[in-house]
Amino acid sequence: MFVQKKRKLVSYAKWGYIFILPFFASFLIFSLIPLVDTIRYSFYEYFRSGIKEIGPNFIGMQNYASLIQSDMLKYAGNTLILWLIGFIPQIVIALTLASWFVDVRMKIRCQQFFKVVIYLPNLIMASAFAMLFFTLFSTKGPVNSILMSLGVIGEAIDFMRTALGVRSLVGIMNFLMWFGNTTIMLMAAIMGISPDIFEASEIDGCNSMQRFFRITLPLIRPILAYTLITSIIGGLQMFDVPQILTNGQGNPDRTSMTLIMFLNSHLRSKNYGMAGALSVYLFIVSGILCFIVYRITNDDDPDGSKAAARKNKRGRR
Amino acid sequence: MKKKLLSVVLASAMMTGTLAGCGSGGSSPAPADNGGSAETGTETAAADTAGDTASDTAGADAQANQGKVINIYSFNDELRTRITAVYPAIENTSEDGTVSTLNDGTEIHWIINPNQDGVYQDKLDEALMNQASAADDDKVDLFAAEIDYIVKYTDADVDAAMPLSDLGINPDTDLADQYEFTKTVASDQNGVQRASTWQACPGVLVYRRDIAKDVWGTDDPVEIGKKTADWATMKTTAEELKAKGYYTFSCYADTFRTYGNNIASPWVESGSTTIKVDQKVIDWVTDSKEWMDAGYFDPTVSGQWNAEWFTAMSSSAKVFAYLFPAWGIDTQMIPNWDGEEGSWAVTNAPLSYNWGGTYLLAATGTDNPGHVKDIIMALTGDKENLTKVAKEYTEFTNAQSVMQDAAANDEFASAFLGGQNPYGYFADSLSSIKMAPLSSYDQGCVELIQNAFTDYLKGQIDFDTAKANFEIAIKERYPEITEIQWP
Repeated sequence: MFVQKKRKLVSYAKWGYIFILPFFASFLIFSLIPLVDTIRYSFYEYFRSGIKEIGPNFIGMQNYASLIQSDMLKYAGNTLILWLIGFIPQIVIALTLASWFVDVRMKIRCQQFFKVVIYLPNLIMASAFAMLFFTLFSTKGPVNSILMSLGVIGEAIDFMRTALGVRSLVGIMNFLMWFGNTTIMLMAAIMGISPDIFEASEIDGCNSMQRFFRITLPLIRPILAYTLITSIIGGLQMFDVPQILTNGQGNPDRTSMTLIMFLNSHLRSKNYGMAGALSVYLFIVSGILCFIVYRITNDDDPDGSKAAARKNKRGRR
Repeated sequence: MKKKLLSVVLASAMMTGTLAGCGSGGSSPAPADNGGSAETGTETAAADTAGDTASDTAGADAQANQGKVINIYSFNDELRTRITAVYPAIENTSEDGTVSTLNDGTEIHWIINPNQDGVYQDKLDEALMNQASAADDDKVDLFAAEIDYIVKYTDADVDAAMPLSDLGINPDTDLADQYEFTKTVASDQNGVQRASTWQACPGVLVYRRDIAKDVWGTDDPVEIGKKTADWATMKTTAEELKAKGYYTFSCYADTFRTYGNNIASPWVESGSTTIKVDQKVIDWVTDSKEWMDAGYFDPTVSGQWNAEWFTAMSSSAKVFAYLFPAWGIDTQMIPNWDGEEGSWAVTNAPLSYNWGGTYLLAATGTDNPGHVKDIIMALTGDKENLTKVAKEYTEFTNAQSVMQDAAANDEFASAFLGGQNPYGYFADSLSSIKMAPLSSYDQGCVELIQNAFTDYLKGQIDFDTAKANFEIAIKERYPEITEIQWP
């Protein structure tokens, strides 16, 4: 009887492994092998000239060196700027909306409806959204026509030909697409705060500004940090919106060329070596960011009590 | 036990599902290339090949060594309509235009990918590189290439396209009526002709009759031709148009070909890794800047092949003229013109030039050499067919004898041009064309130099930054390029 039971346990474990096998097999074939290949090719000269294949010839770190000498850092800067233009309004609006939605005293009606509406833009494919904006803001598009017929502007504004125009359009799109998502995440975080604390603060005569800055913000800090880091990682990989808006050229003057668009332009010539090296750089940066997220989400001292205790101890000594 | 069995089935189903889904996508790239309507095309192909195996053996005697599927790669509908018009063996074409059936049961699969962003060449290159290992019915049989990148495929070392003589076509006798320069373009570095075209593309100036009447009181091509004789006269003309509120051309990119296709030396000499930017190209930049600042271009249009550019061809636009060869009138202007027929006319361009030309190439390793040869001959070497194409589509076809007659023959008049016979102007343009020397880097150079200098022309950056941007972009596109020389 005892023995039989034990054997049954073992066989359950086996089924567990069989069930996760498909994931690991497909991960191995479709993710790990290409990943290793990418890293390997980054040390090779390997591209296509016409339909002649050149390489792979081992050239050591040359791809990495020439990337550093190229405008890579400028594109990293572009990426950062484009991300910031979208992220700052996104986090501000999301925080405001989240604290309004969960505020019991505001009694917002049709909450469910608003939540759906603000999340909706995220459901549209980024490329479709970019196409839409491209058409809306083209020189003969509806935005220009409306502004002109209202007499706001004398002649059509060429949004796609100024750095400010393209960058703000990209920023607006990223903001519209992601603020709903962030709002819902932050709402969950705020709802996780014990209502006792809010009640206690109210009894102590705390106004809503104080409540937001002194209670809500500090207590949702881990989620905020998580949002920030995931958004940076998403921002690092930004390409679909500017790619479509500028036809892959990063116009004007390559000011809206993001890192991934830079990667794509190497892939146009099937330059696997250079693209591989660039991917490795991106991999390292993302890796560091992921590590930070990991540290934050696995924080063993979330409310600072342990640190305070240590400090106290030291002080007493 | 039942539960166990079920879980095994589920697990394996899941696994095979994941793997099969991806596997089939990877192993058969050719049919998947078929753009939006790929599914239907592939499905019918699969069903037909399965169903036809029985009749296959029967028909095999008639069509010895011939495959059942002819895959034709092209970048737009033009080639399909032309081949359908002239190849008598085609019985019918499916409604979505992806499959045509020949009278012997062979199918033509039209695999059309847009030229934009190099999509067409990416797909074609992929297919050509897998040509040796592909199943017979997936092999590329015939493909189209434009003059901008034909060198890439006619290269003898690459051997992607078969020499026409291997197909059984003797270029000296069978294609004797073709224009000499099209044969030079179609030949590899050893002078072996590997491609053939049905069109020569001398460029002309196509203008709006109503605007001409409004400005000068006449729309007579001879009178207007005097005003567009050369660039100096053209400037005065542009000033007159501007006074009435019209733009001469839609944008700076429209004039590029008159300069860019008259360069003296190729962008890249064969075997070299240095790009030499021709003085003509710099002339284009300086002249365009001058025209741009003077307001002779429509400021809302940036570059070609976009919505604004097409809108500028419509009746509501204020653009006087376009510089186009014959194909431009047929494939670009007619679909975008919304006014009355006969509102446009053709006259001489300020500078003769050749723009484009679609060449047919037989892919090395084709399993349908017989049909491929017939198609190439029918479309590019048959006087009757070339006459028909010229009449039907107002094309300047690649048959000297036909074109010599066409200028004087009223049957070749075009309704879109208000009954004008444009062939005289085409022929004039052709006679003074000095074909620009080609290189396999032409497409990237032409595309990227226009793009880099757009920012300069629009006043966003200075001249030197534009030069630097071009250098960066071209080295990204062609990693083997080591140096860029400016005149």
